[in-house]
Amino acid sequence: MGHTITEKILLAHAPGVKDISPGDFIRAKVDLCMGNDITSPIAIKEFRALGKKKVFNQNRVILVPDHFLPAKDAKSANQAQLLKDFAGEYGITNYFELGEMGVEHALVPERGIILPGDLMIGADSHTCTHGALGAFATGVGSTDLAYAMAFGECWFKVPETIKLVFKGKPKKWVGGKDLILHAISDLGVSGALYKTLEITGPAIEGLPMDDRFTICNMAIEAGAKNGIIEADKTTEKYIKAALRKYKQPRKSYNLYKSDPDARYSDIREYNVSKMEPVVAAPHLPSKGRPVSEYKGVKVDQVVIGSCTNGRISDLKTAAAVLKRRKVHPNVRLVVIPATQSIYKEAMDEGYMEAFIKAGATFCTPSCGPCLGGHMGILAEGEVAVATTNRNFVGRMGHPKSYIYLANPAVAAASAVKGQISHPSEL
Amino acid sequence: MKLKGKVHKFGNDINTDEIIPARYLNTSDPEELAKHCMEDADPDFVNKVRKGDIIVAGDNFGCGSSREHAPISIKSAGVSCVIAKSFARIFYRNCINIGLPIFTSPEASEELKPGDTAEVDADKGKIRKARSKKEYSSETFPGFIKDIMKAGGLMEYAKKKK
Repeated sequence: MGHTITEKILLAHAPGVKDISPGDFIRAKVDLCMGNDITSPIAIKEFRALGKKKVFNQNRVILVPDHFLPAKDAKSANQAQLLKDFAGEYGITNYFELGEMGVEHALVPERGIILPGDLMIGADSHTCTHGALGAFATGVGSTDLAYAMAFGECWFKVPETIKLVFKGKPKKWVGGKDLILHAISDLGVSGALYKTLEITGPAIEGLPMDDRFTICNMAIEAGAKNGIIEADKTTEKYIKAALRKYKQPRKSYNLYKSDPDARYSDIREYNVSKMEPVVAAPHLPSKGRPVSEYKGVKVDQVVIGSCTNGRISDLKTAAAVLKRRKVHPNVRLVVIPATQSIYKEAMDEGYMEAFIKAGATFCTPSCGPCLGGHMGILAEGEVAVATTNRNFVGRMGHPKSYIYLANPAVAAASAVKGQISHPSEL
Repeated sequence: MKLKGKVHKFGNDINTDEIIPARYLNTSDPEELAKHCMEDADPDFVNKVRKGDIIVAGDNFGCGSSREHAPISIKSAGVSCVIAKSFARIFYRNCINIGLPIFTSPEASEELKPGDTAEVDADKGKIRKARSKKEYSSETFPGFIKDIMKAGGLMEYAKKKK
């Protein structure tokens, strides 16, 4: 029986294991482990309690204080300080201070730290983003991170795989966000629980890396353990450019493909050719419907950013919609580039100017309001359109606020109209 | 290990933002987190919960963020275990790793009512409503997961392994 990409990567990292099947419990070596300013403090405390003098590999631990930084209050500053002190003490090379820092799931691939075929764990649920590079990447908790920092391994249950095949060619204004919101609405928020989402098909082959990251980023919203896309020419071009730019010590990587006779617990096909932009209504990411069905919903705030849609092509799309237009007087538009390098590119390319001239606020990289941290918390009764990944109760602020998830073009158009709108309405 | 406590019932897809909202994530102090446990799902939960009580939920309990603060807040609020129809993946492993007993039992999740007293034989994974003969079974854990749970969590397990 053949294997999926995910099974092959897990097997390659499990010493002494000859073959694996879904359902097996294994211990596997991790290439990378990562934490942020919320999850790392617990991991650091647990690691220190072990009394180990070294981390398993000082180049393979990644610490990114992205959630509440720039520190929103003294307690958050204390948490971030724990990361900084730990990184200094243990010689962690991949620690990113404010000014270099970006949202972890945009920053790590951008710098070529994660490579195809890698096994990565991250104490952040959206670690599944990195699967877009043909790597196995999954979210874990702080204790898993502590254990991995100490021993360089983690326990896993080998997941079953659901194959999602996207066919056709997406229309204008339709991108990775719409494809994944559509799939989550079909699967449900627990439809892929404990499983892998292997994302494939001609529509995916035609997508740039940014859209692929968006798709894998939201695999967790269907309950999945990981999302994964086979690495191809687009992936290799992206990786090679990152390795050159950031002079990473690792240069070689492994490309895995699923065998033709690999086992899938389910295969679903979607035709994207007729798909409209998708908007997910409160309070679940699975409540996605074509944007036209939510047309006219009044909006108080629009957020463009996050590990889902804060990359350069997202900002380019939104800036194009906003150019020579004004944000509606009743709307606050918060734009947050995901990394410092995206920030600079947005400045060089004139996107930043388009946002500011339109009346948006252009912020420093951070997870910010996505998880209700800071930089745009919602008041009671307020409605937001966000390019982020979750619209749970209270996620962006007050428990009685409402979040609609959308792609960057719909978000920008809604900011201009003051209500949920299709960009072609402008 | 035998657990016994009053049942607090929750529905499907209870996410970690409801279990411990991000506005309290600027600390990882278990006692602080316990004060806000389940706050956005039931603001009165912390006033009602007593040591040993049991959370019984529907499908996909603990979905969303990987924050270990969620199971930590439940554990430090005094909850002895969580029973659900199914658990979200990261929450599930976080519970194992921090030594908060969890039981996957669609039957018990369906039949236990708020205010019931439930008894759990953690080693056998058997759940019972107090003063009732009916017993519900739960999914069993493989060997080394049992060892982690017996040790009281992954780090305790690691310390013993050394």
